[in-house]
Amino acid sequence: MLKYISKKVLIALATVFVLATATFFLVKLIPGDPFLNDKIPVAVQDKQRAFYGLDKPLPQQYLTYMGNLLKGELGYSIKKTGRTVVDIIAEAFPVSAKLGLTSLVFAELIGLTFGILCAQFRGKFPDYFLMVLAVLGIALPSMVLGPILRLILGVKLRILPVTGWGDWDQMIMPAIVLGLGTIAGNTRSMRASMLAITTQDYIKTARAKGLPPIKVILKHQFKNSLVPIIPNLGVQIASVMMGSFVVESMFLIPGLGRYFVDSITNLDYPLIMGLTVFYGVFLVTMNLLVDVLYGLIDPRIRVK
Amino acid sequence: MNESEKMIFDANAFDPLPEGSLEQDQIVRKKTSYWGDVWRTFKKNKPAVISLWVMGLMVFFVVFGPMMNEFNYYSNDYSCTNQTPNMVHWFGTDNLGRDLWTRVWEGGRISLLIAIFATLIPEAIGMTIGGISGYIGGKLDMFIMRVIDVLMGIPSLIYMILLMIVLGKGNAMTLVIAISITGWMGSARSTRGLVLQLKTREFVVASETLGASPAWIIAKRLIPNTLGIRVVGITMSMPGVIFYEAFLSYIGLGVTPPSPSWGQLIKSAGEVFRYYPYQFIIPCVCVSITMLCLNLIGDGLRDALDPKLRS
Amino acid sequence: MENNRLLEVKNLVVSFDTFQGVVQAVRGVTWHLNKKETIAIVGESGCGKTVSIQTVIGLNSKANGSVRNGEILLEGKNLLDLSVSEMRKLQGNQLSIIFQDPFTFLNPTMTVGEQIMEPFIQHYHVSKSEAREKAIEILKLISLPQPEENMKRYPHQLSGGMRQRIMVAMALICNPKVLFADEPTTALDVTIQAQIIELMNSLKEKVDTSIVLITHDMGVVANMADRIYVMYAGQIVEHGDSDTVFHNPKHPYTWGLLNSVPRLDKKVADDLYSIPGTPPDLIAPPKGCAFAARCKYAMNICKDCQPPQIHFDENDEVCLSLSGQAAENSHYASCWLNHPECIRRNGPVKREGNADGK
Repeated sequence: MLKYISKKVLIALATVFVLATATFFLVKLIPGDPFLNDKIPVAVQDKQRAFYGLDKPLPQQYLTYMGNLLKGELGYSIKKTGRTVVDIIAEAFPVSAKLGLTSLVFAELIGLTFGILCAQFRGKFPDYFLMVLAVLGIALPSMVLGPILRLILGVKLRILPVTGWGDWDQMIMPAIVLGLGTIAGNTRSMRASMLAITTQDYIKTARAKGLPPIKVILKHQFKNSLVPIIPNLGVQIASVMMGSFVVESMFLIPGLGRYFVDSITNLDYPLIMGLTVFYGVFLVTMNLLVDVLYGLIDPRIRVK
Repeated sequence: MNESEKMIFDANAFDPLPEGSLEQDQIVRKKTSYWGDVWRTFKKNKPAVISLWVMGLMVFFVVFGPMMNEFNYYSNDYSCTNQTPNMVHWFGTDNLGRDLWTRVWEGGRISLLIAIFATLIPEAIGMTIGGISGYIGGKLDMFIMRVIDVLMGIPSLIYMILLMIVLGKGNAMTLVIAISITGWMGSARSTRGLVLQLKTREFVVASETLGASPAWIIAKRLIPNTLGIRVVGITMSMPGVIFYEAFLSYIGLGVTPPSPSWGQLIKSAGEVFRYYPYQFIIPCVCVSITMLCLNLIGDGLRDALDPKLRS
Repeated sequence: MENNRLLEVKNLVVSFDTFQGVVQAVRGVTWHLNKKETIAIVGESGCGKTVSIQTVIGLNSKANGSVRNGEILLEGKNLLDLSVSEMRKLQGNQLSIIFQDPFTFLNPTMTVGEQIMEPFIQHYHVSKSEAREKAIEILKLISLPQPEENMKRYPHQLSGGMRQRIMVAMALICNPKVLFADEPTTALDVTIQAQIIELMNSLKEKVDTSIVLITHDMGVVANMADRIYVMYAGQIVEHGDSDTVFHNPKHPYTWGLLNSVPRLDKKVADDLYSIPGTPPDLIAPPKGCAFAARCKYAMNICKDCQPPQIHFDENDEVCLSLSGQAAENSHYASCWLNHPECIRRNGPVKREGNADGK
């Protein structure tokens, strides 16, 4: 187990390093200059560049950047003058994380339950009904689902607020839009996985013991069915907790998702790099946690 | 017993049968080829078959739709802006008076072309790398797998956006390249796994003993045998690519106007959704139906290709 | 005699619906098991032996497999009349099974201890600690080293032989009346096979259980079974005491099975014997004898008429007037070669190969 985890940690560190480096150079390749502005004297522009260290040669910039990264410093934002990248993340991340986590917990619970039900009633009405829902969930991207839900629940029926952040009822619609894909995906993969396990020999053993179906499902089938589902969890957690640009800009939620797109279009170098590295570190951490969880669920992994 | 005792036997009943007079290995079952079997199971899956037809229809309209009336997708006509669907403009017009029927199918061309290329290119890259990695094995395999492990840890959507900006946004080509660069790892991993399984099978070992070169074995023996499962992978990842295209267009990084794509149409109509819902709903329905059909076809193929699920 | 009868299968017919047609997996099979007895059902893979016992313990999926005819009597009670939940009370409790492959039939994500305790908790409604005591007791009985520690392990941490012992323990924990063993040694190394056979033989004395052994390996049968049923293409073709079947087999298929056991006393020059051809496809079983196509003694009649059961008395004479109980226990074979008319015309059949009767 220790060897397994230390290997994963090494890969995680390498990932962060590659990510930081690649982001740094990619950002330098972006055409354009955030300080180029006819209304500001060239001298001031140069001063600004110097403040952000952009006047130094590239290798030096890189070393400074990596050094700061080790200290946990991500620098100042260019567009949001006077604010550090860390500040921005500290302010916006909790919002996205709260929404994402709420959405994800429900999505996982509902998705897995639906998947089990589908597999159990394979080829019967509940299976078809839930699979249609699941496939619709996958076929409706957030930019389609969002406006439709807003029109029906918010404008026509007036049962939920159309936009905003702060009250619990303002979270419902964005959480649905954010989570529907996960529900759908989990329903489908759980169904497939449960069905694959049904034909396994050890399920026959369990049935030969005279266990009632519910015990066969919960004690023997469920845990083994999770094995192929778990590895995707890390990416799922990271992607919902980092905030979705579409959902956040649609429902005017002050989360992190919007900064990802805005920072790039604004050529806000420190913010782009900071956000990307933050996302990467978070994703890698989540994957690590998931790997540990994986090892706990499937004892065979531990020896590998 | 008693009955047989009473039976009257033919004179030659107990004479030995001449050698070979009874067919030893009689083949009673219908002969079924692998792909025949797959097709038979696939056909039984109604949603998948219907999806295949709907997809065919979709492709038909995407190819021929723009030619069905006299309008083109880029000419503005301020005399007839924001018209609801009518006899002249079958899907209505947008805020610049452009015909939506033509724009929707023209947009479909771009979206589907992007979907096809942005699925096949990373798939080809992944299969090649995965095939080499799995077949050659050893240190090279270790190295490639670690590289993939590292790349998988990189948030792909952000990288797609970054790459789009660096390569120059607003171009279908860059979209395909960006999606390809960030999306080949999954297919490489899956192919490698399959190749590792296949590598020890008799027909591969036989080719090796006959002196076939590794390149020949990968191309002729391993890749064809992984195709089945990868076909499912391809159909399953296509809807994802359509979503990426829509997403990138939504955040303003997709194809540049006046060229439409479904994502582009959804984005611009989303702003006026409350007033002109048809402008929004039509491209949405197209995207949703395409994603729906591709998913159902993928499901059908997977069930048909998985011998365990075959009845 | 009658109350000695534990399990009785009468004229069982099982078939499966597939897209290619109805596969007649079991075609009118009759056998019985007495108390404290070990019987063996022997045959090639696909001959219907596994299907028939899985039907007895109610494990065939209701979806496409169905019992078309017959009775399965456990102490006189027809199991086919029981509801699913009544049947479940017997499964793992009075009827338990050891499967062929201890590698795939154990749950990989559950400790073996939990898996052994499971049926006991289910059927006896006891606490975990009581079940654990019972499990340790059973593991000691089957002489698994360090039972306490091994119970905390997962299947992949144990060797093949140990896993099969775990399967045996799991099957025995509820003191079953009948223990089915479906090819219990096939997936194991030869040395381990001997251990498992020895273990099962010793168990017959230690626990009050009757055993139905299913195998294609005549070597295993010789060491364990009291009586033998030879099955071919969904039918019983020969039955008799172990000694009789080994020393005086009457069906060419049994000859083939016996000849294909490698023997040390044979000359090296002799090739290892195998029965030519493959069993018939049970979607369309042949009209006559199912074995005719592979049988070098096949006659005209074999092609068109199913051979009758022909019984033999203690002196190995064809015996025509047996019926009922006596008929079931006697040595019989379904082959035209043994028919009085055939013997009258062609003379007694001579078994080729190692016909030394050993």
